[in-house]
Amino acid sequence: MDALHERSAAQVARAVNAREVSAREVTDAVLAHVDGIDAHVGAYLTTLHDLARAQADRIDERIRQGETLPLAGVPVAVKDNMCLEGTRTTCASKILEHWVSPYTATAVQRILDAGGIPIGKANLDEFAMGSSCENSALGVTRNPYDLTRVPGGSTGGPAAAVGAYEAAIGLGSDTGGSIREPGAFCNLVGFKPTYGRISRYGLIAFASSLDQIGPLTRTVQDAALAYDVMAGKDPMDATSVSPPPEEPAAGALRADLRGLRVGIVKEFATQALGDDIDAVYRQAYRDLEALGAEIVEVSLPTADYGLATYYLIAPAECSSNLSRFDGVRYGLRVDADDVTQMYERTRAAGFGPEVKRRILIGTYALSSGYYDAYYVRAQKARTLIANDFKRAFAACDLIACPAASQPAFTFNAKSDPYSMYMMDYYTIPMSLAGLPALSVPCGWVTPPGGATPMPMGLQLCAPIFAESLLLGAAHAYEQATKHAEKRKPVFPEGARA
Amino acid sequence: MSSETIDVRYVAQLARIELTDDEVERFGAQLGNLLDHVGRLAELDTASVPATAQVIESRNVLRDDVVRPSLDRETVLAQAPKRQGAFFRVPRIIAEAE
Repeated sequence: MDALHERSAAQVARAVNAREVSAREVTDAVLAHVDGIDAHVGAYLTTLHDLARAQADRIDERIRQGETLPLAGVPVAVKDNMCLEGTRTTCASKILEHWVSPYTATAVQRILDAGGIPIGKANLDEFAMGSSCENSALGVTRNPYDLTRVPGGSTGGPAAAVGAYEAAIGLGSDTGGSIREPGAFCNLVGFKPTYGRISRYGLIAFASSLDQIGPLTRTVQDAALAYDVMAGKDPMDATSVSPPPEEPAAGALRADLRGLRVGIVKEFATQALGDDIDAVYRQAYRDLEALGAEIVEVSLPTADYGLATYYLIAPAECSSNLSRFDGVRYGLRVDADDVTQMYERTRAAGFGPEVKRRILIGTYALSSGYYDAYYVRAQKARTLIANDFKRAFAACDLIACPAASQPAFTFNAKSDPYSMYMMDYYTIPMSLAGLPALSVPCGWVTPPGGATPMPMGLQLCAPIFAESLLLGAAHAYEQATKHAEKRKPVFPEGARA
Repeated sequence: MSSETIDVRYVAQLARIELTDDEVERFGAQLGNLLDHVGRLAELDTASVPATAQVIESRNVLRDDVVRPSLDRETVLAQAPKRQGAFFRVPRIIAEAE
């Protein structure tokens, strides 16, 4: 059996429930590992040693009382845009650097109630806007598979934490790919459920018609465990849904793909991504077929407009959501003689460049005279994209495509904003259509100039509310290929706890 | 829809963000570039397409109008940048009479 901190969520929960090991022992082992390596990885903005140990002792007491808990003793990294009462929730922004959550997000609470242990609040691109974690105003997070490379984003901190065994489950949020792309970059399963499946109460809003919480884990089984705990209607989030009853995802994991039709997207041909990457995806599609899936070609003719659609809708919604940060009730305030100047100076000092860019483009797209030409047109394009998927799913049960066009890149490699936006090319269409999608490890590619092979992710996507089918199929692919197990994260000599 | 020149200062004023001259220049170029990209949407025929605001079919969600506990006032006010008693204190909003 692996060292305590390297165990999967399922392994930890089984052992803690069986009283083979205590939640406290697991927690102490993980915290010691975090203390040993997080100075190199930088996954966490805040570590929660005392809170984690107190929660572990509570869980051990519940186990002693005879309870069985689905996430007993499982170490969890929480993206720092989710509230956990009594802890800082910064959104990796100077405007919230010292803000302490007065309540706990529903998704986080459900994880805690199920036995999860909060190890820390993890880094992100400021307000979840970015694809590399480089837009954090509060810290640098590195990819555990090559510390000279980014972990992806925006959920870079939780991804690095889970990749580096500093947690077994990362809680992330995905607006246009912010769970799936860092999942791919850090050799993880990154899962974005259907829009509305998991309550967003206590998740600090970025783009409300797109934001969705989901897990990052080292196995599909762990993703299913975390999802089953978090999913479901919450009276505190009016957009959360009570879907038709279905079996828990953890019980739907399957051994093969017989009877399933998997659609390969005609417009997402991978030749242009280079021979090495093309070979990885061709092999992945062959592996799906070898598992019994019928491979069919599907077309998403409007998907190429996804990026343009997203970069109007998401900034428009962000410009509205982030208007609440005005220096009046919480967070940073820069004093001034009158209230307007106070707003303007507070927001100038508190927001980083990417957040300012998105607020500006969103404000422009919503401003008088441009609303129809930009925002409404983007909402109509969104309808076309969603309709593309509806047509495609008439011919297939799942769609398979890349999660990202390249493996993790080096710091400062995407200094032009649009080149960074392109990293979400393959994940944005699913977000616009609200579909459940995940990234699962599918192979290793050494990037040009890179010292070591880096993980690649296969994106699988299912119709709305078909999470159990999606996770079940991903499990079959993962177990048949075991790409994630082929390499381990690399830490500097002497850094390992 | 493309190659627009954005009046960045005006938009920043709408968004209540003070910009430096350097930011005006840099954001102006970057936003112009982004608008060129999003301008591609004009290629799509959307005349008869309904707009999508939200992808999951849902209707107005109503709850019973009953009194329930909310966040503790002291907890919330403790994080105010400035407060006065039970209020958030802000700079003067209305100028004194001349």
